[in-house]
Amino acid sequence: MRARWHFPRPLIELTATILAGLAAGALLILVFGHNPLLAYRALFIGAFGSLQDVLETLAFATPLMLTALTFSVGVRAGLFNIGAEGQMYVGAIGAIAVAGMVRLPAGLHLAAATAAGMLAGGLWAVVPALLKVSRGVHEVISTIMTNWIAFYLSTYLALNFLTGARGDSTRPALPTARYPVLTEDATLTAVIFVAVAFCLVVYLYLWGTRAGYELRLAGENPEAARYAGVNAGGVMVMSFVIGGLAAGLGGASQIIGRPPAWALYATLGNVVTLGFDGIGVALVGRNHPIGGVLAAFLFGALAHGGRLMEYQAGVPSELVRALNGLIVITLAVPELWTLLRRRLAP
Amino acid sequence: MSPARRRLRNYLLLGTAVALFAYALQRLGLGPISLLEAGLLAMTPLALAAVGECLNEKAGVVNIGMEGIFMISAVTGVWTAEAFNSGVMGLLGGAAIGAAVGLALGAISVYGRADQIIAGMGLNIFALGFIPFLLISLWAFPGIHLFPNELMVPRLFTPLGQISPVTVGAVAVAILAHFLLHRTVLGFRIKAVGERPEAVDVAGLRVDRLRLLTSTLGGALAGIGGAFLPLGWFGALVKEISAGRGFIALACVVFAGLEPMLALGAALLFGFADGFASAVAVTPGVKERIPFYFVSMIPYATTLVVVALVIGQRRFPRTVGRPYARE
Repeated sequence: MRARWHFPRPLIELTATILAGLAAGALLILVFGHNPLLAYRALFIGAFGSLQDVLETLAFATPLMLTALTFSVGVRAGLFNIGAEGQMYVGAIGAIAVAGMVRLPAGLHLAAATAAGMLAGGLWAVVPALLKVSRGVHEVISTIMTNWIAFYLSTYLALNFLTGARGDSTRPALPTARYPVLTEDATLTAVIFVAVAFCLVVYLYLWGTRAGYELRLAGENPEAARYAGVNAGGVMVMSFVIGGLAAGLGGASQIIGRPPAWALYATLGNVVTLGFDGIGVALVGRNHPIGGVLAAFLFGALAHGGRLMEYQAGVPSELVRALNGLIVITLAVPELWTLLRRRLAP
Repeated sequence: MSPARRRLRNYLLLGTAVALFAYALQRLGLGPISLLEAGLLAMTPLALAAVGECLNEKAGVVNIGMEGIFMISAVTGVWTAEAFNSGVMGLLGGAAIGAAVGLALGAISVYGRADQIIAGMGLNIFALGFIPFLLISLWAFPGIHLFPNELMVPRLFTPLGQISPVTVGAVAVAILAHFLLHRTVLGFRIKAVGERPEAVDVAGLRVDRLRLLTSTLGGALAGIGGAFLPLGWFGALVKEISAGRGFIALACVVFAGLEPMLALGAALLFGFADGFASAVAVTPGVKERIPFYFVSMIPYATTLVVVALVIGQRRFPRTVGRPYARE
């Protein structure tokens, strides 16, 4: 386990799987009558072509490192938590409720809106956690159901209690609750520092504290954890709640930390699928909080570069998300994927 | 709490829920027949996918990518239906692509020794991006595609209301799967390969082929279910067409403890919740009072509650989700 990080092999494996995913994507591009080389060239230039583009890529990476963290902390505790999507919607609602409806002094308002988003996400994650602990409901089922309930709840709240002037989105966050924009030409804001800091805190929690050790032990070897007296239910709830806080922050980051809207679209268009995208990010980041930050940069590049790919090569940018799925599938094959040894009990 | 008392409590809760439901129906003025029609339509894709997945998991392979198969086969089904100008051909197209995806996923699991949960989720994520991509690539219009009404699979008219022949087929498939599993040699082999693959191997049977067979079959059934969504039910194609139904089908499988007939029952239950929601959403006098958003939550909330109430201790095959390797 420890030796793996000193070894270049995982990097080689990762590069190989990502290349395999990209190759499969190239095949798709070819089948639908586009030029894959042109498409990938545009994708690359779009993502890294200029300093602005790199900053924009970072803006895209910000929510992804957080939703990746949700999945990673789940896997570390032996859970397959795919609830980031819904927790993120609810987090966005929590953030905009405080950022748009409450009046507070500048610094405090920003902190309160951020905390509201995180708390909303964390609370939403308690539902599948309790269902798992008390009734043994498998988290794949419970999190997908709560995701959809969150979708309708958030749309309802966005359209009925938080409506903006135009009706197609919520009211905008008040200027006192917005993260400062870092540069004129990109949508990157200071929220990225909060995101990275949160990943760092979770890393320190998992590898630096007793509770974090117990969480990892329960995920790695449930039997050993039981004999060591680890409270399995408590570990699961903790893992879900940390994940929920992360996803909630991810949702909030798209509202109070992303120009130009500073609001949640009524279709939830500026947050949807970011939660599921985090799964691929987490797997590429080897379910490590810091690995997730690095992997998020890669996936942020795909997301941002996809726009130029659509413009220059005519390949619909949705393909990028399909690429994400292909990379996940290639990562599932164990010669390339040995870290996760989870017991399966649906 | 003792198991008997717990069971009693569960039945009481279930009974109360049914009574409340019946009362609500009466208040809403929903006819039992329109509800039956809507419920059976919603049951069909769930039942097809769930029965297929029961067989698949009996053989020791897990596919949580049914959501992805639903989405891919819905689009492929409509495309095939338009190409052949026939809704039934569309269903076959859905079955074919579903079988292909099921086979691919099976091959990754059996030969690639993949983590099946991750591979299945990868399929779902892939579909999430691939479907909007396909819609634009095939019909040059984002997010939605309308097709001619003639392509809908014709419904059967009975004295009790309309029913889709696919619904009848889904019930037949569940019964057949039950007999296959419990009355035929192939069924025993499928069960054996999930419990003791090494014994099946020693007996000179091919573990890999049996597992590929069930995952292909499961994919094909889910593929029919996916093509049924636009061609037998909604009459249109949208990118969110599956809306979590692949996972509700998975809930049916868990609920049923891998028994096809129980899976059919679970599909009927969840189908009713879904049909109830669609029926309420269009009932005059009600749709104005209860926000559409809350009605839309009904199928998901029902699934959560039912799974939490009845899950108990289901027993799954010993090697479910784990690849087999010779010693």
